[in-house]
Amino acid sequence: MAVELPENVVVSKLDELANWCRKNSLWPMPFATACCGIELMATGASRHDLARFGAEVFRFTPRQCDLMIVAGRVVMKMLPVLQRIWLQMPEPKWCISMGACASTGGVFDTYCVVQGIDRFIPVDMYVPGCPPRPEQLIQAIIDLQEKIQREGTIAGKEFELPQRQGRPRALLELPVIQP
Amino acid sequence: MIQPETLQKFQAQYSQAQVSEFRGQTRAVVPREQAYEALQWLRDQLGFDLLVDITCVDYLHYRGAEHRFGLVYLLANTATNERITIRVFVDEPDLTVKSVVPLWEGANWMEREVYDMFGIIFAGHPDHRRILLPEEFAAFPLRKDYPLRGRGERHNFQVITRDKS
Repeated sequence: MAVELPENVVVSKLDELANWCRKNSLWPMPFATACCGIELMATGASRHDLARFGAEVFRFTPRQCDLMIVAGRVVMKMLPVLQRIWLQMPEPKWCISMGACASTGGVFDTYCVVQGIDRFIPVDMYVPGCPPRPEQLIQAIIDLQEKIQREGTIAGKEFELPQRQGRPRALLELPVIQP
Repeated sequence: MIQPETLQKFQAQYSQAQVSEFRGQTRAVVPREQAYEALQWLRDQLGFDLLVDITCVDYLHYRGAEHRFGLVYLLANTATNERITIRVFVDEPDLTVKSVVPLWEGANWMEREVYDMFGIIFAGHPDHRRILLPEEFAAFPLRKDYPLRGRGERHNFQVITRDKS
């Protein structure tokens, strides 16, 4: 079937289009608790200008956000707040763990500091550094954009458990069982 | 710094207090029964009108220590710029001392912090709760017999996964 299309028409999948929209208009939720928050502010300010990547609309209500940036250490009194904010964000949503403290607890290996937020909420990108430079955060957002373009679907299939996805697996992928 | 005549007045009033000096800072160890009375006397008679801080030291495993806890009151006289440190030793099992909130309103949160971290009970405190840690926290973390990394309180939360959120 050959259909004559004008030159200014592009054919794509609806998923691709939705992902392309999502990745270029991320609305971050700044969960800034320490010095990483200063770098986060610098990333959003004029010199580094996060608006170049479409992620400059920082919202302070989780209901308007789809990207949580956890910048700084999270203590045990703050973790229920973090989880509650994460649950209040609408799907689809992503999370960046910014800096050593959010990712691993950093140097704060004490009784009250959570040793990595990925123990309690899902994390998509980790940014190393203490604190990371704005360029590193921008790189993480670029990588996350690639991930969103690659993985996101309208049906939200990527958020389901692997066994429920029902993706047909090639024979070569299956483990070879020796008798 | 403290004026010699001020110190003489204090020593004349409280002869059991052990007064010492270190690098120009005067400190006095006051017996526990006299602590409240001595602090009140310092405020009313010698003009130490400002309570700078209340803190505590745990002397567990400390070389040569005879007591478990040392409560430290830092006082200042804002008119003459004199300062004095009052130390009161507290031992288990009775960790109750009289609250100084009636003398200085600012002692409210300081005593709550000392209670939160060391478990010293302040009798007569108007709002005797933890100030920093969650209410359900079951230990006093600045005591020396509490492990640095805690007893697992920091990881005692539910896990939110992708399919749950």
